Amino acid sequence: MRLSVEHVTHYRYDQPVRAAVQSHRLQPSSCDGQRVIAWEVDVSGGVRGGGFRDGAGDWVQGWTVAGPVSDITVTVRGVVETTDMAGVLRGHRETVPAMAYLRETAPTWADSGLKALARSVTAPDRLSLAHGLSAIVAEAIAYRPGSTDPHTTAAEALAQGEGVCQDHAHALIACARVREMPGRYVSGYLLADADGKTHEAAHAWAELWVEGLGWVGFDPANRCCPDERYIRLGSGFDARDAAPIRGIARGPGEETMDVTVAVQAVQSSQQSQQ
Amino acid sequence: MAEFFNEMFQKGQVRPPYARLQDWVAAMPAELRQMKQAEAEELFRRIGITFAVYGEGGDPDRLIPFDMFPRVFTNQEWTRLERGIKQRARALNAFLADVYDRGEIVRAGRIPSRLVYCNEAYEKAVAGIKPPKGVFSHIVGIDLVRTGPDEFYVLEDNCRTPSGVSYMLENREIMMRMFPDIFRENRIQPVDGYPEALRRTLASVAPMKCDREPNVVILTPGHFNSAYYEHSFLADLMGVELVEGQDLFVEGEFVWMRTTEGPKRVDVIYRRIDDSFLDPLCFRPDSMLGVPGLMDVYRSGGVSICSAPGAGVADDKAVYTYVPEMVRFYLGEEPILQNVPTWQCQKADDLKYVLENLGELVVKEVHGSGGYGMLVGPKSTTEQIESFRQRIVSDPDNYIAQPTLALSTVPTFVEEGVAPRHVDLRPYCLVGERIELVPGGLTRVALREGSLVVNSSQGGGVKDTWVLAE
Repeated sequence: MRLSVEHVTHYRYDQPVRAAVQSHRLQPSSCDGQRVIAWEVDVSGGVRGGGFRDGAGDWVQGWTVAGPVSDITVTVRGVVETTDMAGVLRGHRETVPAMAYLRETAPTWADSGLKALARSVTAPDRLSLAHGLSAIVAEAIAYRPGSTDPHTTAAEALAQGEGVCQDHAHALIACARVREMPGRYVSGYLLADADGKTHEAAHAWAELWVEGLGWVGFDPANRCCPDERYIRLGSGFDARDAAPIRGIARGPGEETMDVTVAVQAVQSSQQSQQ
Repeated sequence: MAEFFNEMFQKGQVRPPYARLQDWVAAMPAELRQMKQAEAEELFRRIGITFAVYGEGGDPDRLIPFDMFPRVFTNQEWTRLERGIKQRARALNAFLADVYDRGEIVRAGRIPSRLVYCNEAYEKAVAGIKPPKGVFSHIVGIDLVRTGPDEFYVLEDNCRTPSGVSYMLENREIMMRMFPDIFRENRIQPVDGYPEALRRTLASVAPMKCDREPNVVILTPGHFNSAYYEHSFLADLMGVELVEGQDLFVEGEFVWMRTTEGPKRVDVIYRRIDDSFLDPLCFRPDSMLGVPGLMDVYRSGGVSICSAPGAGVADDKAVYTYVPEMVRFYLGEEPILQNVPTWQCQKADDLKYVLENLGELVVKEVHGSGGYGMLVGPKSTTEQIESFRQRIVSDPDNYIAQPTLALSTVPTFVEEGVAPRHVDLRPYCLVGERIELVPGGLTRVALREGSLVVNSSQGGGVKDTWVLAE
């Protein structure tokens, strides 16, 4: 499937800031499940900094904006050809061993509730276990936009029984760790279904390490594994570590941000126009 | 406990390196000694060098006691130590380059993968990078103790930012000022080449994108930091700028320093701040001490950071056990310096042994430092041992144990005259294009009679350390 993405993040400061620095994970890697046809990131007034492929195989790109500036717009546009790999990440080169993702972070800390949830799953093999964990997280945390905020932890989301995709991913990572299965947070894009059932175009899910198979994506929010509707941007221990944009501005200005993301299926014949 | 090796006297005879010092002490009346001691203290106070060493905490304004009786090594003794220290520094760096790349030593089953990759000090953000000259730890502080004429053991490795080198330099400076005569009588190898060697080492690891004489800076957390004196002292002696995070900024592909003449590019940062504070965009988002965007510049080859973030995975107390294995694996050599036998309480058999022999062992926290949170079995009461036993049982992974070593002694000035006191040694090995070691180091001395704990927070002091020429 060919997907086009337009992702615009607009920062506005109530007083001009002296400078801004950002670190982006906004460039999808090509692997068996996705091939980048065209991709472009622009930062208004920005200077491109150093870029490199990190140990997890993601492209990280630094940007700086010299002030004074009151508005910064980050625009991402591109087209990716995707293939349904049943969630399996293949052809993605990385240095960091899976075991490194057994690390606990504050949002993925497993309290007694998450531990009990994780242990309630019985499965004949590791892949079934991963599926079981994803299903039970979806069961335990109802999808409800606005019910949590970016700082909500997995334990808190479970306790209140509702959350968004970020909470689902954190909870799944926490549960997987309880079962000695490395898990990580993945940020990316998702094509909205025609029936409007799928929720967030800027999306997040989890990858779990299944011995013998490698990293496999699970999206509890949509009760499925990533398929050709998904574009994978980058990964990390948790939402903050995997954030597509991490940034900081110098100056007293108060920041407001709005984000628009549009993901659409396009015909292959449109390739030449991109 | 076994007998202690006295570095000056053996069987009533003075060992050769101390021969001249015996006359020196004999010729020094008590009044002169007291006068000199007061003079030394005054000098230290005037310099402003105070208590904190090795990040131990404690009162930052207290002077660390300086003992005027030097510790002496022969050239021959030192030559062997030097080979052992350099070997170890090479192996530790090879290990770091490996575990942030393919991890061959883990694949070969020579070290447990969990110990490396689930280690808090393993830094995922550094995986896959190739720092200049392949060096991750540029200043390696190796803590040594001696138990016999030729028996030296490594207590621990310090691969991040070992402190205390300013004491090595100041102790020498002050001794030379107070006792010029003994420096004429003894042929003592100089240590004052250290700052230049450090500068050379740092300049030799300038990043790929640096195409001119590299601009080296020292990054300090600021004057409230306990080792601030050392940071400014080294910057002065090296002739480089001492900066704080707010003095630096990232623009484009590089790091810049604010100066009165406008921004100046920075190529090498000798940082004396911890990994987690380096860059709020990569590590702790609330850090005000670091430089936003620094890690992206570093990882794309625009600046060098010494030591590399993540270097701490090599000096963890549990990883320590495997350093001799690293020497064999990477260098194909037998280790010249021995490790202290170590029991890891996370292993059931080891834990059993430790709990059965608490009275004879030294037990330490895996991530502890500064002599806090440790048990010295033979020096502890039954109650202390029992309460420590509870701590170990409730969290065995957090503890390692070692035999109580018979630390060597060196004569030390005490109230009643001169008496043996236990010592250790920290030399500072520099790793860049070349590996260099200044002949000397910091000798710490346990000033309390019978004490085996040399940490300054626990009543330790320092001594000048001599290496004699041929």
